[in-house]
Amino acid sequence: MDVLDIARWQFGIITVYHFLFVPLTIGLTAVIAGLETAWVRTGKEDYLRLTKFFGRLFLINFAIGVVTGIVQEFQFGMNWSDYSRFVGDVFGAPLAIEGLLAFFLESTFLGLWIFGWDKLPRGLHAACMWLVHLGTLASSYFILAANSWMQHPVGYRFNPESGRAELTDFWAVMFNKVQVVTFPHVIFAAYMTAGAFLLGVSAYLYMKKKHEADRPLYHRAIRIGAVVTLLAGLGVAITGDLQGKVMTEVQPMKMAAAEGLYETSSSCAPFSVFTVGTPDGKEEKFSVTIPCLLSFLGTGSVDGTVQGINPLKEEYAQKYGTLDSADPAQRDSDYVPVIPVTYWSFRFMMGLGFFAAGGAALILWLTRKGRTPGVRWLGVLGLSLPIAATLASSWGWIFTEMGRQPWVVFGLMTTESGVSPGVSTFEAATSLVVLTALYAALAVVEVKLLVTYVKKGADPYVEPPDVKVGGSDDQDAPLTFAY
Amino acid sequence: MELTTVWFALIAVLWVGYFCLEGFDFGVGMLLPVLARDDTERRVMINTIGPVWDGNEVWVLVAGGATFAAFPEWYATLFSGFYLPLLLILVGLIVRGLAFEYRHKREDAQWKQRWDLAIIVGSVIPALLWGVAFANIVAGVPIDADKEFTGTLFTLLNPFGLLGGLVTLTLFATHGAMFVALKTDGEIRHRARDLAVRIGLVAAVLAVVFLVWTQVQTGTALTAVVFAAAAVALLAGLAAARVGREGWAFVGTFVTIALAVVGLFLALFPDVMPSTTDAAYSLTTTNAAATAYTLKVMTWVAVIFTPIVLGYQAWTYWVFRKRISVHHIPTPVLADASR
Ligand code: HDD
Ligand code: HEM
Ligand code: HEM
Repeated sequence: MDVLDIARWQFGIITVYHFLFVPLTIGLTAVIAGLETAWVRTGKEDYLRLTKFFGRLFLINFAIGVVTGIVQEFQFGMNWSDYSRFVGDVFGAPLAIEGLLAFFLESTFLGLWIFGWDKLPRGLHAACMWLVHLGTLASSYFILAANSWMQHPVGYRFNPESGRAELTDFWAVMFNKVQVVTFPHVIFAAYMTAGAFLLGVSAYLYMKKKHEADRPLYHRAIRIGAVVTLLAGLGVAITGDLQGKVMTEVQPMKMAAAEGLYETSSSCAPFSVFTVGTPDGKEEKFSVTIPCLLSFLGTGSVDGTVQGINPLKEEYAQKYGTLDSADPAQRDSDYVPVIPVTYWSFRFMMGLGFFAAGGAALILWLTRKGRTPGVRWLGVLGLSLPIAATLASSWGWIFTEMGRQPWVVFGLMTTESGVSPGVSTFEAATSLVVLTALYAALAVVEVKLLVTYVKKGADPYVEPPDVKVGGSDDQDAPLTFAY
Repeated sequence: MELTTVWFALIAVLWVGYFCLEGFDFGVGMLLPVLARDDTERRVMINTIGPVWDGNEVWVLVAGGATFAAFPEWYATLFSGFYLPLLLILVGLIVRGLAFEYRHKREDAQWKQRWDLAIIVGSVIPALLWGVAFANIVAGVPIDADKEFTGTLFTLLNPFGLLGGLVTLTLFATHGAMFVALKTDGEIRHRARDLAVRIGLVAAVLAVVFLVWTQVQTGTALTAVVFAAAAVALLAGLAAARVGREGWAFVGTFVTIALAVVGLFLALFPDVMPSTTDAAYSLTTTNAAATAYTLKVMTWVAVIFTPIVLGYQAWTYWVFRKRISVHHIPTPVLADASR
């Protein structure tokens, strides 16, 4: 393996890992803020208990999102220095703005939320969590703007003298047409994940004998979680459909690769649900297809034309010239991403998403009108839903990013030419091994901790101190939440 | 003033913010085994920085992001060049950040010991290595015509670099002890004050040697004044700690760190990473910079949002202004479920 391969593996592993925690963080901040606001408004004890319970689980998850994010910020410079030089003028700005606008907001107000139970009045305390949520939205917006620019560069010009891309229109980058569909899709996916988490954990506890007394509490949480999951699922499907159309327009090769469609289909292109064939998808043995769906996904019309990989390959070669790939085996597949990866990642994303939404619908129906579902597997099904939603996001990203290959910035820079020239194989490999091993260990710790705290269930209700601005009267009482 | 100069100054400000703020929570982390006598005292120490450490850490993220945006070449050369030290810093920051959150989550002595170790190591390593990195940036490193760093890890571990590391390490330890003295009550407060003075004297000696060395190498009249002021601030801080004026003592170490960083950036200007291979290869505020348009956009964002950020961060410190002592520490959530 050379530095390029190592750097790619590291980027993939590190970023997918970061994004295992991110959707839950984004979504749960909204769920928790909502629950706390419900408590402030209605004074119902259940809402406070749920706020604190899910707040604790959230903090366990959030911590990993934060510490893995730090690596993200620096790895562009470490492993992708030529890429950083090339895009810095355009790409650096959203990243810096993200830090200034979003990370300060999130971290500061989360600190206030954790330690502020005894120092802030109730309304203000809930507002802190809303601000954290706002921070996560801002964070996503700017980082996705940076990513969307890589998918579809706009608002820049190429300066042949310096050999760099230079920003010419900041607003074009902020309102890139890829960005305006990507942002809602990712955010809905996050809400879906958090809704499924609320639902799943509550369903699990609902089924436990030990927590029988709290059944009404968890019943309520199951219903809220299921509704959030379903609504967000609808949002994900609608925005995903829009994304498909934009993608067909700006990166037709990605859509062709998503279906493994080799020749252009001039109307009513079918969408295969799954295929058994040779690994590169060139020969099909068995498949289940839905007629015309691909045309509809890509163009919005059942008889739209969807371009195939082979003609696109010609077209790209004319437009961008031949890539002088160092690896001769690669040359034939210039401009063509790895088909099985794009094919299956796209289906896993949708499939896992439909599974999560379907599970939520089923549980919503089983618990209708205060009914107690008489099925033993409710807890297991419930817990599988947030996992499915999280993995759906992972596969979605793998599709998006692998489908863009061999470009790192579409049409402008190949991944290959972005890697750091000065970094040695030893350095890159050390970093890959150290970070992967560390992350694996942390995953074990985090899952164990989550399981312990989930099993424990919600704490009994404790009347929180009634605080005026400036702190509670009882200055010597122990803190409600502390490290 | 040129926008490139403005951004050089703003990046200096971000590092000042980072070292002055995260400096004390590194210090608190390193002194965990020294200052605290038992688990509850350890939790007192951790809770003094609990509400603010993450916000403090964001300063470095913004410094990194701002360098990427304003001086892409600097970002690329620095982080790909200082690869292994940076990796170590990242590992330190990862385990430390998690430790704050996870350490009290189980009532298991071994579990807590491991996370304590993570806090200590995760505080010592970055505190030391940021000093090594900055000393090397100021002194210059081998950079070729392609703006690539051509040295190795050992290029960075030279006497000047290592001394820089020891300076940040001891200075942050002093700063952290001052913070504990300021934010706690009870026995630990007195212990912290005494310790601050003792480490502070070591830090003062190291810092003076380091700053004089820097001054001789690359200093100007202006840096001489700034460095001298930093030294005075440190001695004043230590004197204040001696007579029990904890607030002033903390201000003293805060100002010391701020002035030292400002002095280093002044010594660096107009280079951002001088090359020891050939001065013509040095990265400067002009040849490493982004375009004027990007800098303009960034300047607007900074002008509008920095005051807001400073405002709510200050408000946080005000909300958590009260001292913490052992009776504020709640019983662990999982006291019953210890496994
Ligand atoms: C819970 C997660 C989830 C679910 C259920 C779905 N997606 Fe998705 N999808 C994502 C999570 C996600 C994601 C991780 O958030 C991605 C990766 C990059 C992005 O913009 O969002 C993504 C990317 C992504 C892309 C690639 C965009 C590009 O590369 O330019 C398309 C075309 C779709 N999605 C379409 C869909 C459709 C048609 C879905 C089902 C109806 C769907 N997604 C369900
Ligand atoms: C929104 C911010 C993001 C940015 C700026 C970004 C940037 C990049 C860059 C620069 C690469 C090129 C390096 C490479 O090809 O290995 C890359 C590849 C990749 N990214 Fe992203 N990415 C983002 C989000 C994500 C997320 C959230 C995921 C997954 C959850 C992800 C998954 C991947 C994967 C799997 C690759 C590897 C593709 C390959 O190497 O073949 N990315 N991304
Ligand atoms: C590859 C590009 C990415 C970079 C450089 C990056 C950077 C970071 C950093 C530095 C943190 C820690 C912030 C802190 O200390 O408080 C973080 C956490 C987080 N990131 Fe990422 N991230 C990337 C991908 C993404 C994506 C694609 C999203 C969302 C769509 C996202 C959303 C978040 C959220 C919600 C958090 C947790 C909140 C927080 O830590 O403040 N990140 N990220």
